[in-house]
Amino acid sequence: MRRFILFLPLVIAIGIGGFLWKGLQLDPTELPSALLNKPFPAFELPALADSELTLTENDLKGEVALVNVWATWCPSCKQEHAQLNRIKAEGYKVIGINYKDERQKANIWLKKYLDPYAVNVYDDKGTLGLDLGVYGAPETYVIDKDGVIQYKHVGVVDEAVWQKLKAIIDQLKNGPKVATQ
Amino acid sequence: MRFILTLILFVLPISAFAAIDTYEFKDEATRERFKELTFELRCPKCQNQNLQDSNSPIAEDLRNEVYKMLQDESSNDEIMDFMVARYGEFVLYKPPVNETTYILWYGPFGLAFIGLIVLLVVSRKRKRNDVSEVDLETHLSNDETARLDDILKKGERND
Repeated sequence: MRRFILFLPLVIAIGIGGFLWKGLQLDPTELPSALLNKPFPAFELPALADSELTLTENDLKGEVALVNVWATWCPSCKQEHAQLNRIKAEGYKVIGINYKDERQKANIWLKKYLDPYAVNVYDDKGTLGLDLGVYGAPETYVIDKDGVIQYKHVGVVDEAVWQKLKAIIDQLKNGPKVATQ
Repeated sequence: MRFILTLILFVLPISAFAAIDTYEFKDEATRERFKELTFELRCPKCQNQNLQDSNSPIAEDLRNEVYKMLQDESSNDEIMDFMVARYGEFVLYKPPVNETTYILWYGPFGLAFIGLIVLLVVSRKRKRNDVSEVDLETHLSNDETARLDDILKKGERND
């Protein structure tokens, strides 16, 4: 018993060390979304391609989809753009939210680098971004067919991230019978 | 001339600072509330700055939002709830007391309590040990007293 007590500080130090080690692997910039499992916030905004066309949250419903928040001023958005095009080519639906951008620049960008988006919401004031809790483009959400937010990814979508998102989307599409990954 | 120039240089940055605050409030109380709220709310992008300090666009947006809500006569709680609903409890520099934060709020007291118990147990044990040593010295059995006397006598003879 006495012997054990002598080792207690060592055990505690190793325990604390373990937690700190774990802390090193965590990414502090990744915030948990406050909107997980909540319906997509209501909005009424023009489409990027056509200022006459008004879009609402109902236009996002009907199919499991990725919602990608992007802007031409955001370098990481350019980085992930090719990946989004590949995702579209694989037959998945991607919805865009053009966040605090200029309409003309954004439309030129889509012509130049191809348009992976089924539809683009033009959120020039960032009001929808605020309701979504966007704090830095790019951000990518997975919404189910009822428009409920199922997952949020902050940062560039690369192949590794896409595989993770794809598993979530496929599971949502095929129902809960399919095991994750 | 040089002195005056130095003086001007010292005064200049102060006036530049004063120009940053461009919000106009209807009274002093609202201004105080704005200060208080932007001090308590954390910028979601820059992690270790509050809305007051941060220059990031998102902090600016959120400052505008706080200002707008204050103009609309929202209460402090309403504004806090608005931010938490969008950005999560992360934006609060003072986290609320609930199941996930119990350890944060009460952990230190718990540790202090454990420390106090350990201290008490250790000091009590030490005291008991002291007592038993005294017992050894004063309460010798008859046999032991006889042997002790014997040894002491032998020692005297050898001197």
